[in-house]
Amino acid sequence: MGIIAQCRAASSGQLAADGRRRDSGGEPPAARRPLSAFRPTAARFLRFAYTLPIPPPLVAPRFHLAEMPPTDTSHPDYFHRVVDCQWACPAHTDVPEYIRLIAQGRFTDAYMVNREANVFPGILGRVCDRPCEPACRRSRVENKPVAICRLKRVAADHKDEYASRLPKIPAVKNGKHVACIGAGPASLTVANDLLPLGYRVTIFEQLAEPGGLMRSNIPSFRLPQAILDEEIGAIIGMGAELKLGHPVKSMKELLDRGGFDAVFVGSGAPKGKDLKLPGRAEAAPNIHIGIDWLESVAFEHVKAIGREVLIIGVGNTAMDCCRTSLRLGAQHVNVMARKPRQFFKASDWELEDAEEENVRIIVNRAPKRFVVEDGRLKGMLFDVMEYDLDARGAITAERITGEEFFAASDVILAIGQENAFPWIERDLGIEFDKWSVPKVDPVTFQSTRPGVFFGGDAAFGPKNIIWSVEHGHQAAISVHRHCQGEAVTDRLAPGINLQSRKMGMHEWSYSNDYNPAERRLVPHVSLKERFKKLNIEVELGFTAEQAAAEVQRCLNCDIQTVFEAKLCIECDACIDICPTDCLTITADGEEAELRTRLRAPAKNLEQPLYVSAPLKQTGRVMVKDEDMCVHCGLCAERCPTAAWDMQKSFVKWPHAEDQPPTCQPSLPKIA
Amino acid sequence: MTYIPKPKVRHPSLPRNALGLTRRDYEGALSTLCAGCGHDSITAALTEAIWGLSLEPQNIAKLSGIGCSSKTTAYFVSGGHGFNSVHGRMPSIAMGANAANRNLHYIGVSGDGDTLSIGLGQFAHAIRRNLNMLYVIENNGVYGLTKGQFSASADIGSKAKKGDVNQQPPIDPVLLALSLGASFVARSFSGDKAQLVPLLQAGLRHRGFALIDVISPCVTFNDHEGSTKSYAYTREHYEPAVNAGFVPFEREIVVDYAEGECLPVVMHDGSRIVLHKLAKDYDPTDRVAASAYIQARAKQGEFLTGLLYVDETQKEFHELNGTPDVPLNSLSPELLSPGAKGLDRILARFR
Ligand SMILES: Cc1cc2nc3c(=O)[nH]c(=O)nc-3n(C[C@H](O)[C@H](O)[C@H](O)COP(=O)(O)OP(=O)(O)OC[C@H]3O[C@@H](n4cnc5c(N)ncnc54)[C@H](O)[C@@H]3O)c2cc1C
Ligand SMILES: Cc1ncc(C[n+]2csc(CCOP(=O)(O)OP(=O)(O)O)c2C)c(N)n1
Ligand code: SF4
Ligand code: SF4
Ligand code: SF4
Ligand SMILES: [Mg+2]
Repeated sequence: MGIIAQCRAASSGQLAADGRRRDSGGEPPAARRPLSAFRPTAARFLRFAYTLPIPPPLVAPRFHLAEMPPTDTSHPDYFHRVVDCQWACPAHTDVPEYIRLIAQGRFTDAYMVNREANVFPGILGRVCDRPCEPACRRSRVENKPVAICRLKRVAADHKDEYASRLPKIPAVKNGKHVACIGAGPASLTVANDLLPLGYRVTIFEQLAEPGGLMRSNIPSFRLPQAILDEEIGAIIGMGAELKLGHPVKSMKELLDRGGFDAVFVGSGAPKGKDLKLPGRAEAAPNIHIGIDWLESVAFEHVKAIGREVLIIGVGNTAMDCCRTSLRLGAQHVNVMARKPRQFFKASDWELEDAEEENVRIIVNRAPKRFVVEDGRLKGMLFDVMEYDLDARGAITAERITGEEFFAASDVILAIGQENAFPWIERDLGIEFDKWSVPKVDPVTFQSTRPGVFFGGDAAFGPKNIIWSVEHGHQAAISVHRHCQGEAVTDRLAPGINLQSRKMGMHEWSYSNDYNPAERRLVPHVSLKERFKKLNIEVELGFTAEQAAAEVQRCLNCDIQTVFEAKLCIECDACIDICPTDCLTITADGEEAELRTRLRAPAKNLEQPLYVSAPLKQTGRVMVKDEDMCVHCGLCAERCPTAAWDMQKSFVKWPHAEDQPPTCQPSLPKIA
Repeated sequence: MTYIPKPKVRHPSLPRNALGLTRRDYEGALSTLCAGCGHDSITAALTEAIWGLSLEPQNIAKLSGIGCSSKTTAYFVSGGHGFNSVHGRMPSIAMGANAANRNLHYIGVSGDGDTLSIGLGQFAHAIRRNLNMLYVIENNGVYGLTKGQFSASADIGSKAKKGDVNQQPPIDPVLLALSLGASFVARSFSGDKAQLVPLLQAGLRHRGFALIDVISPCVTFNDHEGSTKSYAYTREHYEPAVNAGFVPFEREIVVDYAEGECLPVVMHDGSRIVLHKLAKDYDPTDRVAASAYIQARAKQGEFLTGLLYVDETQKEFHELNGTPDVPLNSLSPELLSPGAKGLDRILARFR
């Protein structure tokens, strides 16, 4: 039906379009017709649309209502976005670059590429929340992403001496003094970025050791102390003044009497939420707030726990609490979840690691009360929940179908954290909202009081280390600009550089072949061994062979396919060779409709189409669906005119050191 | 040519045909032709066409002679049968194979040199016998494999890469086939898969000899300024006259056709080709008129493309010769061999 409809429209359209040529029957033989005659008029568009291969999907012909404009690849975000991992990484780590360096055995170089962006590669290579992995292209092409995080650890574990490669610290300071409150990853990043610029940085930390939650809460069986010491040491070694055991008790005093040019608040979100249910007070000695309890364990104030432990909550803190309990003598650990598994906050790998250690996770149990007998905790009573879900999996209704008792000697509450600032007076011009959360600008990280900045968990509530690092980088830019008397909002924009990777006819300076290897599994210490001591690191890291195989899985998404429309002769070679059917030459059209007309329909709307300028011979456009490109370079290799090229993108994500200008030391103090 | 093979990884939303196969399942070995060669595009179009018809790879026989074009049978449907014959002799191999097993889909791929120079005699007689096969000429106007000498399809005045100008008149395979009584004659362009793929499908479904002359630029020896078979020249001078939309039998057509624009042709197996006439005064069922029209347009410097002539009623080789309905390999030895007595009887007929 559609075929016929199109036939008719096409024929009449063609007649009109061709009338001019038919009438001028006397054209001399072989006279050149202007190429513009082949621009896709409505009729020509139809001719292409109509002979779609079987079965013709009967696309309703559309005229040129809203054609996609040529993609603006000069916008730095365009190619950056193609590197899915780098785009997903809050700190924009150049993942494919460090993976290639690992492949070449250049571990220290790989470490430094990481360090530049994420500051703590050894720490993050073990415990990063790794938002890059769910984003990784490889997980779309097959189902498992590249083990990006584990490879970061490979770089950290195998690197050589790197102290000599750290930024040089000027002997003559710039006269500006910055205070950082809290020695967590956010503050440490601020120090890391400002010390090389000649700043004096003083870090105030209430605890006896630096590192923030990385030290006090992330258990040492996941993150060994030695790694923390090394990477924090590198920053302190740059000359940060660390004042341990030194809580800041009054912001007013610090501002009034501290003599600082800027203050960065990186005090985290230190308040664990409590669960006020009947029995809470009587059973208090055996009810613990998760993050406080983990801190007590980390600093060896707590060394044991009862036999039967209930963990309330199912986020990452809960996972650390349950696994730590097992190492302190618990025999039975149940993690109690209010909702079904798909609603858990914990990362999949944390859940897997806990379950491997025989932790039971019990779903659909809502805490009701603590059961106390003879003044001692006996367990907890839960409501048994049932939920109705809609087609998209959202909960539409919930009901209680009964109740159930679970015996427990101890209960650990792991139901969330909040930031709290009892030490910040409310009359300093630092505004808070009605939940006592400070008002912080999401770009500059400046509070409502100029010169006072927030970052990490302190700024917008609990996140993770890598976000704290990026907050630190951005806040450092603001601190720098502020101290130099420049507007904090007037920041250097991100940039991108491209560099061809062509070496010869069939040679690229990257390994372009697709390796079908499956994701490697990281070896773990045996279940028997790992409980012997609290600080035995469970993950062993990749072996050399595993790392060598895993690096080959990376698709080099930063080696971009770059198209030059004026060179294309429309020979189709690139289209025919593309293994994943990313490329189509077709009439331009409105995006939603164009997506259906590609060689493989572009259904992943999160991935952009790369649309060229009109091609010389027919006026059609080259369309690339970025979704499935495996960066094999075959399109560029097959192209007779080098209209396609493979070019490495270098994303320039500015840090404090990149901001102009240099210091102007005679500015007034903020206080 | 490429050093790494096309990776096996594929797009998850790649469509599947009735056999549950994707286009990738119909690919062949890695091409060794020059990057940008029109022949590779025709290979891709063949892959697409065969996939679209859901033909079973093992029921396909690919035949060719010598030339860059003739190499391409290795580059699609690696699961099919294949025979790479000597130069210009592909039709006789096709003839023999087809006589023995009429159930396969025969796809001959040849060049303008292979067909119109050394193989012209074989080509002509395959047409006369109306051998049931798809015959694709990958026409680049040169002998690509032997470094670009003019072939018999080169136009007068066409310039070679080094500057020589061709003086001899070309043989137009389309006009030749029409004059020899061909039952399916088409012309297309490697750079227009939208036109080519349905033509190939119609050709594969046609019962009898289906000729498709496909202009296929040789990027290395014949894609320069002054060539009449370059991408740019072809795009400027080709003139779609009758496009074909292939409609499988299962898909019913319920709409009436606008007179003079769309013309359905019912194939022997009940499927149809819908001829889509872009040139209104063209009649693809009138051999004489078609021939005249093609020549008239050629004089204007345009070459007509599309399904230029079709006649589904013409008898093909097996019908003309009263051969058995089934492949010879499915007949019992008794039926295949006349035996001593039978042989005597046959011989007696000639005494
Ligand atoms: C149990 C648990 C496990 C986690 N696991 C992971 C993980 O695997 N991966 C991950 O990426 N993230 C994890 N996180 C989250 C991560 O640790 C935090 O997001 C991150 O450490 C926040 O960094 P920050 O610099 O903002 O603050 P913090 O790390 O919280 O550091 C703040 C520091 O400030 C100090 N401080 C607070 N107030 C004052 C004051 N008034 N004066 C002086 N010092 C003060 C605190 O003592 C603390 O040392 C986990 C969190 C918890 C609770
Ligand atoms: C009997 C014989 N004569 C000559 C040759 C040399 N030869 C090889 S390929 C070829 C011409 C091929 O031209 P064409 O069929 O147009 O194929 P193309 O390479 O252009 O695709 C010739 C003359 C040969 N191989 N065998
Ligand atoms: S394949 Fe490599 S470059 Fe691409 S997203 Fe994954 S890790 Fe990053
Ligand atoms: S690099 Fe080119 S050929 Fe390879 S998958 Fe991407 S678009 Fe296709
Ligand atoms: S291979 Fe090159 S010239 Fe040919 S269509 Fe692709 S980009 Fe254009
Ligand atoms: Mg040739």
